[in-house]
Amino acid sequence: MKPARPLFFSLIAAAAVAVTFTLAGAQASSPLAEPKSEKQAGFPAALYSWVIPPDNPQTPAKVALGKALFFDDRLSADDKVSCDHCHAPAKGFTDQLPTSMGIRAQFGQRNAPSILNAVFNVAQFWDGRAPTLEAQVAGPVTNPVEMGMKSTDDAVAKIKAIPEYRKQFQDVFGHDVTFADIERAIAAYERTQVAFDSPFDKFIGGDSSAISDSAKRGFSIFNGKGRCMSCHAWNPTQPLFTDQKFHNIGVSAHKSDFVPLARKALDVLAKSGGNPQEIDKLAIGSDMSGLGRFLVTKQPHDIGAFRTMSLRNLLVTQPYFHDGSQVTLWDTIDHYNKGGVQNPYLDGGIVPLGLTEAEEDDLVAFLASLTSPEYADAAKQEYDLQFKRSRTDRPQRDTAAASGEKGLGPGLTGPFGDIGPPQTSENPALLGGD
Amino acid sequence: MAARHKSVETKYMEDRDAVLRGLRSLDRRTFLKVLAATTGAVMAKSLMPPHSFQLVEVANAAPDKTASTAGMAGQPPFTFAYVSDTHLYQRTLNQRFVRAAVKAVEDVNALDPQPDFVLFGGDLAQLGRREELDLGRQILAEVKAPVKMMVGEHDWFYDLGGAWQEMFGPPNYSFDWKGVHVVVLMSVHEKDFWTPRNMTPEQRMHTVAGLDNGVQSRFEVGDDERKWLAADLAKVPHTTPLLVFSHSPLYKYYRNWNFWTDDAEQVQAILKPFQQVTVIHGHTHQMLYNQIGNISFYGMLSTAWPWPYAPSGLPPLTVQMNRADPFDQFDGLGDGRINVRADGLADKIYSLWDRNPVTVKADYLVSHGKTARPPAPQFASY
Repeated sequence: MKPARPLFFSLIAAAAVAVTFTLAGAQASSPLAEPKSEKQAGFPAALYSWVIPPDNPQTPAKVALGKALFFDDRLSADDKVSCDHCHAPAKGFTDQLPTSMGIRAQFGQRNAPSILNAVFNVAQFWDGRAPTLEAQVAGPVTNPVEMGMKSTDDAVAKIKAIPEYRKQFQDVFGHDVTFADIERAIAAYERTQVAFDSPFDKFIGGDSSAISDSAKRGFSIFNGKGRCMSCHAWNPTQPLFTDQKFHNIGVSAHKSDFVPLARKALDVLAKSGGNPQEIDKLAIGSDMSGLGRFLVTKQPHDIGAFRTMSLRNLLVTQPYFHDGSQVTLWDTIDHYNKGGVQNPYLDGGIVPLGLTEAEEDDLVAFLASLTSPEYADAAKQEYDLQFKRSRTDRPQRDTAAASGEKGLGPGLTGPFGDIGPPQTSENPALLGGD
Repeated sequence: MAARHKSVETKYMEDRDAVLRGLRSLDRRTFLKVLAATTGAVMAKSLMPPHSFQLVEVANAAPDKTASTAGMAGQPPFTFAYVSDTHLYQRTLNQRFVRAAVKAVEDVNALDPQPDFVLFGGDLAQLGRREELDLGRQILAEVKAPVKMMVGEHDWFYDLGGAWQEMFGPPNYSFDWKGVHVVVLMSVHEKDFWTPRNMTPEQRMHTVAGLDNGVQSRFEVGDDERKWLAADLAKVPHTTPLLVFSHSPLYKYYRNWNFWTDDAEQVQAILKPFQQVTVIHGHTHQMLYNQIGNISFYGMLSTAWPWPYAPSGLPPLTVQMNRADPFDQFDGLGDGRINVRADGLADKIYSLWDRNPVTVKADYLVSHGKTARPPAPQFASY
């Protein structure tokens, strides 16, 4: 895998290095890094109580220890890459890079997923290769292109050598440092990062003026013509905007020939035994990354499939998709609007949508309304940037495919049906609930 | 009548109650046993998935231990694939089914090694129009392996097979393949209900395409074709494995939906003298298998939509697939492969597009469920 990296990419990367190094201390003390209040509009209290594992209850001391570890560069081989290097609170707990940079300026193959609301994920990472927040810790810590520790034992030895940590682990867990406890502490801190309270949550709570008319039209398209709701599922008890499943939407079909790549992956996994560390290495550091969920399940229906991400705070977690390949929300919607990129494993729900320009604008307005208050300013800035860019630069736009004038299949051209129905002037989101 | 035909909903609620009652009565030890069994099944499933593009499973299946005990061996094992029930509309009307058909073709083309041939299981078209059949012909032209065509009622009843036969030849035929005698039947003849009613071709087609109507007759192979079949098989030694393709199941499953062949018993009687008989049928769009006497039956998956199981008549050997996810267009759909073993029996792999593949071994059917039971799905089948 040797993609030509565009110049702007390198510039962003360089800027990110500078920012991380100068702000590392400031990040930990930023209010955005603090555990979040549960008093947020739309906070799913019942759901939250169910997803806290009984064998790792939340305590303030454990959360504080987890926070210290989360922001500690010493968890990496070269003492320069902490968790927040790629999951920075100011950037919605991402790095806002297409794919993340680890030790010695090495880039992985995946876009950093946000920690915000990760507590609710049924599995972690883009391909769900770790079942819990605890189980995912070893991945980045020992991955050679991320934090680069040789083993979890090395990480334990390093933390043990720091007297303050020894005492803290003794206080919280009643014994000396173990990797399982490092995992528990970091997971406990991550479980405090819940983000709701958005204008949309207030709108659903009954404040009809909380979002704009454009966002209301967008919500209607989200549930209807845009078909977004079928994967980015939302309801009041699970207000997460994800079905927690894995779908091939054709993102890596741009650059991967899936079948030979899948065969290669099976060979590699058969030789190496396919343990979690091996899968982690393939996912982050090889051209097989684009196979997604397949690396975990080895089932053909999971080829090129990635987890449905939540849509909350999208305007501070750009760029989009597992490889960070889309710069703006308009590009992302354009990808869906044209029916994704055709490949044999494309999910059945990915069809041309026939969204007009105005409808795309409304959808973005709706997505912007999913921003939590602490990110309102940053999101506004990003919205303006993306809006401006979207007026001139639309690499994914394919109006003929989106409107169904161009068909798929051998030798087939011409109009197809099954485009989303036209929106009626009566918008269900504006009609009220009775 | 009312007591015999329970609604799908009623059946579902009864099954659910039974399961819940069962769970309540489990003691701790039994519960742990159930848990261990299900965990084991899951592990076994994920360890050896029969990949569509890696025929490890086929290589393993070939030298099956049952080969020596079945009393008959000799022909080389082989694999063929199938695509079935694409139900294509004209391309101006519907893209979904076109995409699904294209996907199936890409799927069988990705098989390595390639299957000996690809059977098309019938219902290429939805309303029997020439344009629909022609679209299907174009899509199937992309299949790399040789294609064997079978006709379904959706292909036939607009012009009584005119366009279909022009494109694909006679609807029933036979051939020999690596020591196996293969018969393709046209099993969806109906008695003339249209002439007395002065129906247009379109009305006739729409009537046949409907469910739960008393106007059309039941499917049948018919007198003439049964005679043809008997004559065709007269030349074949009874020790030769038989592979029979029919669009409708060659047994009686559910009459109201024409999941049914009216002269099934007579056809079965013709097949009875043979030692190994496998019938592969389309039409039912679900995982479905059955054993009647010496005959093993496997239903094929559709690429267009999955049918729910009928309210009654389901063969007891069938382990039901669970309900398709309504948000997932490809769930419950797929294509598949059949491994014809050295002993003349056939294992079936259901290559479900959005689920893990399921292998049904002939041993399960011929033992009447005593061995090799396929894994049950996690959820209820409703």
